[in-house]
Amino acid sequence: MEITYIQGINQALREEMQRDENVFVMGEDVGELGGAFKATDGLLAAFGEERVIDTPIAEALIVGAGVGAAVLGMRPVVEMQFADFISCAFDQIVNMAATLRYRHGGHASCPLVIRAPSGAGVHGALFHSQNPEAWFTRVPGLKVLAPATVYDAKGLLKAAIRDDDPVVYFEHKRLYRSLKDDIPEGDFVVPIGVAELRQEGTDLSIITYGGTLNQCLDAVRIVAKEDRLSVEVLDLRTLLPVDREAILKTARKTGKVLVVHEDRLTGGFGAEVAAIIAEHAFEDLDAPVRRLAALDAHTAFSPPLEEYILPNTNKIVDAIRSLAAY
Amino acid sequence: MPEAQTKREAGETAPRVEYELQLYYWMKLIRAFEERVSRLHRQNKIFGGVYSGAGQEAICTGICAPLQPGDFVAPLHRDLGVFLVRGVEPGRLMAQLMGKEPGLSRGKDSFLHGGDLERGVFGSTSMLGSSLPVAVGAALKFRMKRENLIAVAFFGEGTSSRGDVHEAMNFAGVHKLPVLFVCENNRYAYSTPLEKQMAIDDVADRAAAYGFAGHVVSGNDLLAVFDLTERVTKRIRAGGGPEMIECKTYRFHGHSEHDAALYRDKDELLQWESRDPIPLYEFYLEKRGHDVKRIRDETDARTHQVLQAAVEFAEQSPYPKPEEALEDLYAASPSTDGRR
Repeated sequence: MEITYIQGINQALREEMQRDENVFVMGEDVGELGGAFKATDGLLAAFGEERVIDTPIAEALIVGAGVGAAVLGMRPVVEMQFADFISCAFDQIVNMAATLRYRHGGHASCPLVIRAPSGAGVHGALFHSQNPEAWFTRVPGLKVLAPATVYDAKGLLKAAIRDDDPVVYFEHKRLYRSLKDDIPEGDFVVPIGVAELRQEGTDLSIITYGGTLNQCLDAVRIVAKEDRLSVEVLDLRTLLPVDREAILKTARKTGKVLVVHEDRLTGGFGAEVAAIIAEHAFEDLDAPVRRLAALDAHTAFSPPLEEYILPNTNKIVDAIRSLAAY
Repeated sequence: MPEAQTKREAGETAPRVEYELQLYYWMKLIRAFEERVSRLHRQNKIFGGVYSGAGQEAICTGICAPLQPGDFVAPLHRDLGVFLVRGVEPGRLMAQLMGKEPGLSRGKDSFLHGGDLERGVFGSTSMLGSSLPVAVGAALKFRMKRENLIAVAFFGEGTSSRGDVHEAMNFAGVHKLPVLFVCENNRYAYSTPLEKQMAIDDVADRAAAYGFAGHVVSGNDLLAVFDLTERVTKRIRAGGGPEMIECKTYRFHGHSEHDAALYRDKDELLQWESRDPIPLYEFYLEKRGHDVKRIRDETDARTHQVLQAAVEFAEQSPYPKPEEALEDLYAASPSTDGRR
């Protein structure tokens, strides 16, 4: 059955709540409204207000209370209404949740999922467009996911809910309704920590995740037709723990790597990918690793500004051609 | 005073007289432990920050004694006493402070950041106040699972300025969750006096704004803290919603052992030292007809023995192996973390 990316999220929540009575959801407007984006639509009617909890505007409380319940064996899925607001819960995520097992000497678990609707391209301006994943990918104790397909949106969320560690799950807002796919019905999980090759190729590799995967695939189709270039596309899916083997395998295979993400360039996750390749596959490279990301500015509101800042298919096409010509 | 007397079934009232002596033992044990820790710190056997709770023993004792197994307690960095009263082994606690392998966090974190969840003690972080939302989440779980348990969150008057405290109390009030908020008001946030922290006298006044009761009690008066806690926790356990107890107290040492606390007035310290919770309680025991000198000597001998054993255990315990630094970051073999 064909469903959208956000329906995949909704199904994952519903199925996991049916499967395990310790799973519950909590966040701003997740109950009556079904979430600002309708990710939790119908859950209140199905599971009642004890398991679908509308909270005050209090992100630190939302995550912190999730930690408290998780430590005692529950499996909370908490929602940040926008990933931009996750900064209000930063301490609870990086200092409280991420260190919990470590500072309890391994005698405590924090099976908590933090859902974060992220991403630009919807005219959300500075505070409804952010991609803050790189703030979390350097925090030991966390897992960080960024699904780019309907199948992964569902399968990774289910895996996250069953995982015994705190997981930050970045779902891309632009994909919510624009992405549709016919996925198998019933239960499946996508393993955490495993990248997926979306397109095989020989001339160069693109490594990407989340909101830019489909732009990359579009660009690859264009250069295949117009330039006869064969481009491989690796979708990381999990940023922490990242699939280093898959990164190195594609880098060694094609010898040219373009890293693409919607988060801004400096200190973005692409820097880590580039460093992994430089450190372990330098001798296999035929060109310097290139990065295409948002410019180092805030995500501006006015359409010409936003378009100038963000990566898009045309910019990816240009970057592929430039790298191929190196 | 055998340990067995400290174990009570849920809802069972302790025999008061024997229990009173047990309370005395706990306060004396906490004080002896605190003083030994300060000494070991001066000897460089305990490193890192050491935050003495000397002077505040009546609070940890009076709040924790009426609690039940399974209750969730989130102590503050100064609440070593919580660990002892909840039954954490003194040797393990001492090993924790020395960064040794058998410590609560197996050498991973310092001082009181290692918890012991089997005994319902949650390890706090240094971002004071961040454990209040966590305690509220624990209470949420108790409510959802119809468990007759409560969560207890300790915080200082300094911590009460943080947003996490507001967020936690507000949510607990909205959902009438079984949480006891315990404010240890010792008048100083490191060096910053009460007057520069808040425009009111009592933190407890804020409880009303969250829709629950706030009580003020002398935190140096063990029986006052204990009796109030028994009454309040009974109501919370019965579903009456959260309440706050503000304990007025004073720390005898500086913020940490590095801090000489020269920002405090000598007379002020003197006044509060004269309200030391331990002699205050001894006076009560005397009024009850106990032979206080004998009890004191016996208790001192016993705490000395416990401390000696704890220090010996910790000193003889090994440090963790260097490579253990990379353990305990994630669950050992998460089913969903398969590699190809």
